[in-house]
Amino acid sequence: MKILVALKQVPDTETKVKVAADGKSLDPADVKWITSTYDEYALEEALRLKESKGAEVTVVSLGGDSVKDVLRNALALGADAAVLLKSDASDPLAVATALAAYAKDKGFDLIFAGNKGMGGDNASVGPMLAELLGIAQANVVVKFEVTDAGFRAEREIEGGTEVVEGALPAVITAQKGLNEPRYASLKGIMAAKKKTIEEVEATAPAGATAVIALVLPAARPEGRKLDGDAAAQAAALLNALKDEAKVF
Amino acid sequence: MILVFCELKDGKLRKPSTEALSEGRRLADAAGKPLGALFVGASTAGSADAAKYGADAVFTVEAPHLASYSSDAFAAAIAGAVQAKGATVLLGAASAMGKDALPRAAARLGAGYAGDVTALAMVDGKLQATRPVYAGKAFATTAFTSAVQVATTRPNVFAAAEKAGAGATEALEAPAGDFKAIVKEILAKGTGKPDLTEADVIVAGGRGMKSGENFALLEALADALGGVVGASRAAVDAGWGLSHGIQVGQTGKVVSPTLYIACGISGAIQHIAGMSSSKYIVAINKDPEAPIFKLANYGIVGDLFEVVPELTKAAQAMGIGVH
Ligand SMILES: Cc1cc2nc3c(=O)[nH]c(=O)nc-3n(C[C@H](O)[C@H](O)[C@H](O)COP(=O)(O)OP(=O)(O)OC[C@H]3O[C@@H](n4cnc5c(N)ncnc54)[C@H](O)[C@@H]3O)c2cc1C
Ligand SMILES: Nc1ncnc2c1ncn2[C@@H]1O[C@H](COP(=O)(O)O)[C@@H](O)[C@H]1O
Repeated sequence: MKILVALKQVPDTETKVKVAADGKSLDPADVKWITSTYDEYALEEALRLKESKGAEVTVVSLGGDSVKDVLRNALALGADAAVLLKSDASDPLAVATALAAYAKDKGFDLIFAGNKGMGGDNASVGPMLAELLGIAQANVVVKFEVTDAGFRAEREIEGGTEVVEGALPAVITAQKGLNEPRYASLKGIMAAKKKTIEEVEATAPAGATAVIALVLPAARPEGRKLDGDAAAQAAALLNALKDEAKVF
Repeated sequence: MILVFCELKDGKLRKPSTEALSEGRRLADAAGKPLGALFVGASTAGSADAAKYGADAVFTVEAPHLASYSSDAFAAAIAGAVQAKGATVLLGAASAMGKDALPRAAARLGAGYAGDVTALAMVDGKLQATRPVYAGKAFATTAFTSAVQVATTRPNVFAAAEKAGAGATEALEAPAGDFKAIVKEILAKGTGKPDLTEADVIVAGGRGMKSGENFALLEALADALGGVVGASRAAVDAGWGLSHGIQVGQTGKVVSPTLYIACGISGAIQHIAGMSSSKYIVAINKDPEAPIFKLANYGIVGDLFEVVPELTKAAQAMGIGVH
């Protein structure tokens, strides 16, 4: 089995967002970059399949030189090969098109991705990639298995989960709960240093969308504390919600 | 034309779809374009209700093989309708189905996509979308260059407004039934309560709840207020038997209810990201320095094990509930 895992480099979740001077992008000063959390579940699932069924796991990330960190980390965790698709594309359709151009004709049985890349929060590269390759998809997956007929996935929906069955090849996007990602071993980290990262010029089209403004949310109005014992606080809260906020 | 992909549940328009339709009507009026509502399924009975939310036309793609949801079949049906009707804007709710099918349909159309948007506008005949990024720590405005523009509207953000439309119905051709993937079964908990993303009131608990059993206190308060229960990641990860489906935050659900009551939640940046767009926030925490108080419209410094039962009792006595 051949598996591709798409990894996105994103700002750490602790990041305090500051808007850059251009008024439309994140000020990169003080930002720590990490592998998007959902992509860690995606990679873990691929590595588990490799261990249980035998598979060759390739990781791919589209971006500049800095995304090599993400790829190197994936190699340390157990990926067999890593590819840097060089591009500055950020529009989801452009990214998906570049990933599809790379993946096409390489015979991947499964492509794992995150259900969304943290930060951009587009939640769209996975389904777009599946469509561009003309293959099955299951998104926001919390349970996955390869079956004789193809795959069976449980995905999160409103108030529960639904079971999706489909044929391989398929794009599967991971949700928290799918698995518990491993940590890299010292041995893995040392071995990863010796592996090469293949560099390919991406064929990304011009974006179909562009961010034209980035703003911080309006500050919330100053709140107030409610005094008294528990019963008095409870009554004061309900009255305030009813009379001031008009929630009820 | 502005086309809105709509969802039915038990023959009724789902609330997030009524919101998407209402926003579609507003945009259609602004751009001087007609509004179409699109339904896909084995039966589209109930689709006529789209006219109540301003649809000039109601399009149905009906076939027995569309009884179960299939990403590829639905994306094909939706993209096919956009092309057949020459629609330039495609909207839908950012529901589980909308977020699954619409980006796929967008790729099929070579169209740009903006997901989970909180504001939309027509500028020079094209859609512009504002959406939360960094899980709500900032808002990005997206402009499109593609001929067709696709967006999903975040539930609970756009007001549903009734406005009569002509609602002339037309059946469109269904795609073939050779699906690549299909839903076989729904494993629902069957609580009958709304999903967190659609709830008006959320009562959320954190590590301060101390155990999964104690969440019964929050269930009781949520029931009294007509709401649902959420949780911080610390609570979900504590092994208390809580499902990840109720986690609020950067790696959980991003919610915008009218009222969010945080009980025993400190207010870590990743939690705040998921709930800071709630209309009213109440914090109950015994630590007066907890960061959640910076966000709260109303703060109660106290022991949640005393305050929450008092609140439940008082709410029941007052016969309170969200209108
Ligand atoms: C990559 C990443 C992603 C994350 N994603 C999320 C996410 O999606 N959602 C999320 O919530 N977190 C997320 N986190 C975790 C986050 O950083 C915090 O650890 C978490 O939100 C803390 O949860 P908490 O507030 O319940 O617990 P704590 O921070 O431990 O706070 C417990 C609070 O309860 C109060 N308390 C205790 N007992 C009582 C009592 N009897 N009465 C009243 N108050 C009491 C305490 O004063 C304290 O303020 C993420 C972290 C990382 C690194
Ligand atoms: N630049 C990228 N390089 C590799 N994979 C990506 C990139 N952008 C997005 N992806 C993949 O697509 C998923 C969804 O991203 P998004 O649609 O941007 O939220 C991510 O979790 C990644 O798996």
